[in-house]
Amino acid sequence: MIKVRIPTPLRPLTKGQGEIETKAASVLEMIEALNTAYPGMKDRLCDDTGELRRFVNIYVNEEDIRFLKGKETSLKDGDEVSIVPAIAGGTSCRM
Amino acid sequence: MATMKALVCRECGKEYPTKAIHVCEMCFGPLEVKYNYEEIKKNVSRTKIQDGPHSIWRYADLLPVEGPTFLGLHAGMTPLVRAKNLGAHLGLDELYIKNDTVNHPTLSFKDRVVAVAITRARELGFETIACASTGNLANSVAAHAAAAGMRCYVFIPGDLEAAKVLGNLIYKPNVVEIEGNYDDVNRLCSEIAGEHGWAFVNINIRPYYAEGSKTLAFETVEQLGWRTPDQVVIPMASGSLLTKIWKGLHEMKYVGLIDEVRTKINGAQAEGCSPISTAFKAGRDFFKPVKPKTIAKSLAIGNPADGYYALKATAESKGSMDMVTDDEVVEGIKLLAQTEGIFAETAGGVTIGVLQKLVKNGTIKKGDLTVAYITGNGLKTQEAVIDAVGRPVRIQPSLVAFEKTFKMGKNGGGDS
Repeated sequence: MIKVRIPTPLRPLTKGQGEIETKAASVLEMIEALNTAYPGMKDRLCDDTGELRRFVNIYVNEEDIRFLKGKETSLKDGDEVSIVPAIAGGTSCRM
Repeated sequence: MATMKALVCRECGKEYPTKAIHVCEMCFGPLEVKYNYEEIKKNVSRTKIQDGPHSIWRYADLLPVEGPTFLGLHAGMTPLVRAKNLGAHLGLDELYIKNDTVNHPTLSFKDRVVAVAITRARELGFETIACASTGNLANSVAAHAAAAGMRCYVFIPGDLEAAKVLGNLIYKPNVVEIEGNYDDVNRLCSEIAGEHGWAFVNINIRPYYAEGSKTLAFETVEQLGWRTPDQVVIPMASGSLLTKIWKGLHEMKYVGLIDEVRTKINGAQAEGCSPISTAFKAGRDFFKPVKPKTIAKSLAIGNPADGYYALKATAESKGSMDMVTDDEVVEGIKLLAQTEGIFAETAGGVTIGVLQKLVKNGTIKKGDLTVAYITGNGLKTQEAVIDAVGRPVRIQPSLVAFEKTFKMGKNGGGDS
């Protein structure tokens, strides 16, 4: 099983659970599995083209998947995954 | 006090109440304060600002707090130094240093953002304050928490400069050293913030906290006699400071304090951690995270949260970005110290190094009114320059020894 830590903004989908166990062989499969168990999850994590949203960070055993193989990063039994929103301040000159 | 309407998602526009939240539940976009500018326009004026307190709170009408201000009463209003010597050395007619090495109370620009963040955190009812930090932020949070009598946790990477570690411990917060770099600290703190009801100034309080950086733009404009600079050079870690200076300038125009903004925004990073500058030079609007390796530890954020917006602001302003080597950082620190008598930390070396590059390659021109932002104090990063400044001349306590050493006659010699 893979242990997935769910950030606060996604907990309404998981009925408040902060940690979820699932089966998946890659990050991509994990997102699909989460979406099956908690419908709507994929829309929150990925944009219309299926790419991870700009402000979503995913870590496998503490390592940013962008240093691994991105969505294709493989997962094995016992791995821990964290989904963490980027903490940008954002700014605009649209007042 | 500014009237806040809501927090609004920068990406999808969804609105939220002005609470301690920082991420859009729908798209994970960052939340930003939406002000009631119509109200602000009626309240704000140059005279009112000039008659206000000698601190960041003279701009309270443009800051995200509602109640009375009780912290940071001496933060900000740092000197804008006309840098004639450095200007002459670089070939600039009108160069200024915005000198936050002497910000109160912890000698970095972070005293601005922390004053705003803790004031807002108190308004929202928090009693425990926390942060993820590369050093300066932790120092400021710890000092302000002590003054406000709040419980405090600061989280820092395991390889910080000694003075930045001591600069936390002295205020007796809980100092948590993480075995990892800032990006590890940041990720862990994001997870802790989700579990504990604390005010993490740069996580769940971030929409308010980051607004404090606008005061660097406001002060510069006021100190220049209500003019905007032609060029600014700003160090980048997360990229937030750069985006907020850009926002601050435009906000002043929007509320009628100035007529035009003609400022080009330039971002500075160290080569060993330059995800934003690298993206800019490659013409990309997105960056690739890196594993930092530079002496400029205060800028060592490999996954800069505001990198995307910093790229956008710089492009909108028709500015530029560049990076310098660690050796150039040290040279930059020495150059600023030896021409202007200002001892900056490594981030200041990055700023001066990049300023020098931008002048050399013609991006910044001789006649441009230029402001370089020096955001932290050199006494906190002594390790970076200790091998580059020589040693004192050691002599016996005798006049003969002194005059021999400096080759002076009895009545001759000068101050050589």
